[in-house]
Amino acid sequence: MTVPKRIGKISFGLISPQEFRRMSVVKIITADTYDDDGFPIEMGLMDPRLGVIDPGLRCRSCGGRPGECPGHFGHIDLIAPVIHVGFAKLIRKILRGICRECSRLMLLDGEKRMYIDQIETLVRLGQTTDDIVNKVFAEARKHKVCPYCSAPQQEIKFERPLAYVEDGHKLTASDIRDRFEKIPDEDVKVMGMNPDTARPEWMLLTVLPVPPVTMRPSITLESGQRSEDDLTHKLVDIIRINQRFQENREAGAPQLIIEDLWELLQYHITTFLDNTVSGVPPARHRSGRPLKTLSQRLKGKEGRFRGSLSGKRVNFSARTVISPDPNLSINEVGVPLEIAMELSVPLVVSPRNIEVMRDFVRRGSDKHPGVNYITRADGRRVKVTERNAEEVAEQLEPGWRIDRQLMDGDIVLFNRQPSLHRMSIMSHRVIVMPHKTFRLNPAVCPPYNADFDGDEMNLHVPQTEEARAEAEILMRVQENILSPRFGGPIIGGIHDYVTGNFLLTHGERRINRLEVMDVLKKLHHIEIPEPAGWDEAGAPYWTGKQIFSLILPKGLNLEFKASFCKNCDSCKRDGCDDDAYVAIRDGEIICGTIDAAAVGAFKGKITDRVIKEYGPTVGAGFIDGMTQMAIRGIMLAGFSFGIDDEDIPKEAGDQIEDVLNAARENVRKLIDAYKAGELEPLPGRTLDETLEMRIMQTLGKARDNTGSIAGRYLGIDNSGVVMAVSGARGSMLNLTQMAACVGQQSVRGERIRRGYEGRTLPHFRRGDLGAEAHGFVHSSYKEGLNPTEFFFHAIGGREGLVDTAIRTSQSGYLQRRLINALQDLEVQYDGTVKETRGIIVQFSYGEDGVDASKRDYASPENVHRIVQRVLRKEGA
Amino acid sequence: MKKFALQDHGLVPAHILLTVEESDEVLQSYGVDSAHLPKIRVSDPVVKEIGGKVGDVVKIIRNSSTSGESVFYRLVID
Ligand SMILES: [Mg+2]
Ligand SMILES: [Zn+2]
Ligand SMILES: [Zn+2]
Ligand SMILES: [Zn+2]
Repeated sequence: MTVPKRIGKISFGLISPQEFRRMSVVKIITADTYDDDGFPIEMGLMDPRLGVIDPGLRCRSCGGRPGECPGHFGHIDLIAPVIHVGFAKLIRKILRGICRECSRLMLLDGEKRMYIDQIETLVRLGQTTDDIVNKVFAEARKHKVCPYCSAPQQEIKFERPLAYVEDGHKLTASDIRDRFEKIPDEDVKVMGMNPDTARPEWMLLTVLPVPPVTMRPSITLESGQRSEDDLTHKLVDIIRINQRFQENREAGAPQLIIEDLWELLQYHITTFLDNTVSGVPPARHRSGRPLKTLSQRLKGKEGRFRGSLSGKRVNFSARTVISPDPNLSINEVGVPLEIAMELSVPLVVSPRNIEVMRDFVRRGSDKHPGVNYITRADGRRVKVTERNAEEVAEQLEPGWRIDRQLMDGDIVLFNRQPSLHRMSIMSHRVIVMPHKTFRLNPAVCPPYNADFDGDEMNLHVPQTEEARAEAEILMRVQENILSPRFGGPIIGGIHDYVTGNFLLTHGERRINRLEVMDVLKKLHHIEIPEPAGWDEAGAPYWTGKQIFSLILPKGLNLEFKASFCKNCDSCKRDGCDDDAYVAIRDGEIICGTIDAAAVGAFKGKITDRVIKEYGPTVGAGFIDGMTQMAIRGIMLAGFSFGIDDEDIPKEAGDQIEDVLNAARENVRKLIDAYKAGELEPLPGRTLDETLEMRIMQTLGKARDNTGSIAGRYLGIDNSGVVMAVSGARGSMLNLTQMAACVGQQSVRGERIRRGYEGRTLPHFRRGDLGAEAHGFVHSSYKEGLNPTEFFFHAIGGREGLVDTAIRTSQSGYLQRRLINALQDLEVQYDGTVKETRGIIVQFSYGEDGVDASKRDYASPENVHRIVQRVLRKEGA
Repeated sequence: MKKFALQDHGLVPAHILLTVEESDEVLQSYGVDSAHLPKIRVSDPVVKEIGGKVGDVVKIIRNSSTSGESVFYRLVID
C-alpha cells in the first residue's frame, strides 16, 4: 500500500494577526447574512467566498462544488485587542515575570542562559519542558525590582474571570499587548516558547478568524425559515459590538461607555471560543439553551475527538436486549422479525438467480424475506413498496442489486461491550424469531461475559462478499471455542447446564423409555442404544451415562478427574467411591460424572478434546447437544434451592457451637499468654504480629471446621451441594457461610482495627483483643448477624466493592495502553511478527511460533498424547 | 579489579557476531533489509565485548521455557 502523503512533522504554535489575514479570503464587515431575496450578502457572514453549502452553487474562492470545497476562512478586524481565554493563565504568568517598564524577563543573563540550555536538552530528548518553564516564571516573579532598568515592580492580581489588576488599576488588553510586544525574542525562548511560531502578544487577539460556512451551515426549516448555526449567532454578536465600539470611539464617547463596549466585545469573543468558562455567564440562545461554541464542539464524550473521530456510527446494525435459548446452536443468533425486516444483505442479480431475486422483490418490504431497496445498473436506488413491488420485480435485470431483508442462515457479527478480547465480536447465523430480543445459546455467554439481567448486544450485517467470507471463516463461534489465552474451551456449560449434566450422569441414574424420549427429543441423528437393563416390572431402563454417551463422537478416548474429585492419596480410578473419575472409551462413558471439568466453560476437558481431535464442527455439535440434553436433564430431575436447603440438624448446630466456643476459648488463652508475656514470637515477627496471626489462624481453622461439620450433614442430595460440587455455581465456602458460620471479616487482610480510640465500636472495652471485638462473625447468614457483626460485615463487604471498582478502571486503562501499542503488529505467513513499516518484532511468533489455542491448556507439548493416539490406531 | 566477561553470566544470552556471508543469509531467509531487523547499539556492553561494529548483525540465542532455545537477530547501530 502506498501512502499518498507522509506527515513529516507537526508543529504547534500561535497564529499571528498577519497569518490570520493571509489565510483570510474576505474581510467581514457586516453582521447581516442574507438579503431579502435570500442571496448571501458580500462581506457578510455568509459571503460566497467562505465556501459553498447550497447544492448547485460553486465556491467563489476555489470553484469547487459543495462537498469538494473545504471552505475558506475570513476575518474580522477587531477595534481593540481582546484576551484569548485559553491563554488567560499563561498571560498571568508572563505578566508577573516581566518588568512593567522595559518588558524584560526578570532573570539575570547567566540564569537565562542556563535555563535555555536545560530547555534545549529536554527538547532534544523529546521530553516535556513544563517543569523548567514553571521554574523560570517562579524565579522571575521573585524580583521586586527589575534587574535591568531598576523599575520597582507591582503585585499583579488576577480577578476572575479575565481581569489583571495592578496597583488597583485594571490592565486593559492593549496595555498587556504593549508590554508583551516589547519582550525580546531571547527572553521568549527562556519562557519555553519559540518566538518564530509563538510571540506572547499573539495571545491577545487583534484579528478574529471567521470560520468557513462549511463548518457552520445554516439549515432551512420546513416553514422556509432559515436557522443559523450557533457559531454564526455568536459571530453576529461580535461584529455588532465591534461596529458599535468603533462608532462610539470615533464619535469620542466617554471613557466609561468605551470600557463597557470593550468588555462586551471581550465577553462575546470569550464565549465564542469557550462557552463554559467559570465566572462568565454562558451565552444563550433565545430559547434559553446555552450555545455550543468552538470548544464545546471538541470537548467531551460527544465532542469531535471522542464522538466523531475515535467513535463512529454505522449502518446495517441493530441493538436490543438479549435472552437465552438453549435450543439454538452456539453458532446461531435469534433475531427479532422487526429487526430482520429493517436490516438487509445486498445481492447482485445474475441470469442464474434472477427468478429467485424476483420472488424476493415481489414480496415487497412488508412481507418477511422481502426487499427494502433495489439499485439499478446505473446506480439509481429505488425503494420497494407494496405498490411498486410487482412492477420492479418485472423490470429486474442482471447487474442490478437488491437489498434483501435479513433471513435465516445469513451471517452476522454479534458483539457485546466492553470488547476486551477478540471473542467479544463473533459471527453467528441468523434465525429470525418472534418477539423483541436477540436470543443466544447460554453456552456462548462466557466469551461475551453476558448475562440476561438486561444486557444489550449489537449486531452488524457484513455488506460485501469478502466481509462475509472473513466473518464465516475466522469469526464463527465454533472457530473461537478454544481460547488463545489459555488453550482451553472458553465456551461451554454454565450454571444449570452443568447441574443438568451432573444430575443426569451422577451414579447410576435410571431413565425409563418415556424420559429417554423426552431428554433426546431435540437431538438429531440419535440412535437409541440397547437398554441397560429391565426393572422388576419388566420395563426397560437406560442410564444417564448411556444417554450422555450418545452425543460423544465414536472413537473418543479420555480419562480425567471430575471437578469434585477429592484428590485421594491413591486414586482408585474407575473404582472411585464418589464416581469422580471419568473414563471414556470409544465414545462411551465407562464411569464418572459429567460436570464443569468435563463440559463447563473455561475447563471442559471433553469439549477441548473433541475439538482438538474432531474439529470445531463436531465440537460445536457436541456443545449444542450438551446444552439441549442438560436442560432436559435438569427438568427431568427437578431442581430448586430455597432457604430450608441451608437448614442443618440440631446436633450439627450444637457441634458448630462447640467448635466456636472452643475457638473463642483458645483466642482468650492466646491473649492471656500475650499479656503475661509468655507468647513466643514467630520467626521474623513482632509479638503483636504473632498474636494477630495466631488469632487469625485459630479463627480461620474454626470456620473451616464448622464448614466440614455442616458439609457432613448437607449431602449430595442437597441442591446447594450439587451446585458447589459440580462447579455449576457457588462453593462449599458459600454454603458454610450460609449454614454454619460467616467467619472473620477483614480489611487489607487484617482483622478489623479501625474505629474509635482503642476500640472498633462503643460496644467493646478499650484494648479488647477478642474475636468479637475485631470482626469475627459467629452467626451464619441463615441465623442472621447481630448488630456489631452486621457492621463489621459491612466494613469487609465495602472493601470488596471498592477493590473491584478500582481494579476494573485500572486494568481497563492498562489494557487500552497495551492494545494501542500492539494493535498494528501482524503475524506474517513466514511466522515472523512485523509492524506496519515491515520491521521485525519477533522472528517467530511468541519465540516458539506456537498457536496457544492449539496446544493443551498452554502446556508446551502434546506430543505424548499424539503418540499414544497413533499407537492405539496401529494396535486396532 | 578483576574483569568479568558479560557472556559468562547465566542471565546474559549468547551473542554471536555474524560474518557478512552469514548475515546476508539471514536477511535473505527472512526476505528483509538489514534496516528491518531489530537494533542494538554499538555502545551495548555485550556488543563491545564481542567487538561488533555498526552494520554488523548479532545473533542472540536465548533460553525459552516453551521452545528450549529461541534465536533472535539484531543490527548493530550507532
Ligand atoms: Mg448483566
Ligand atoms: Zn472553496
Ligand atoms: Zn525593567
Ligand atoms: Zn477419586
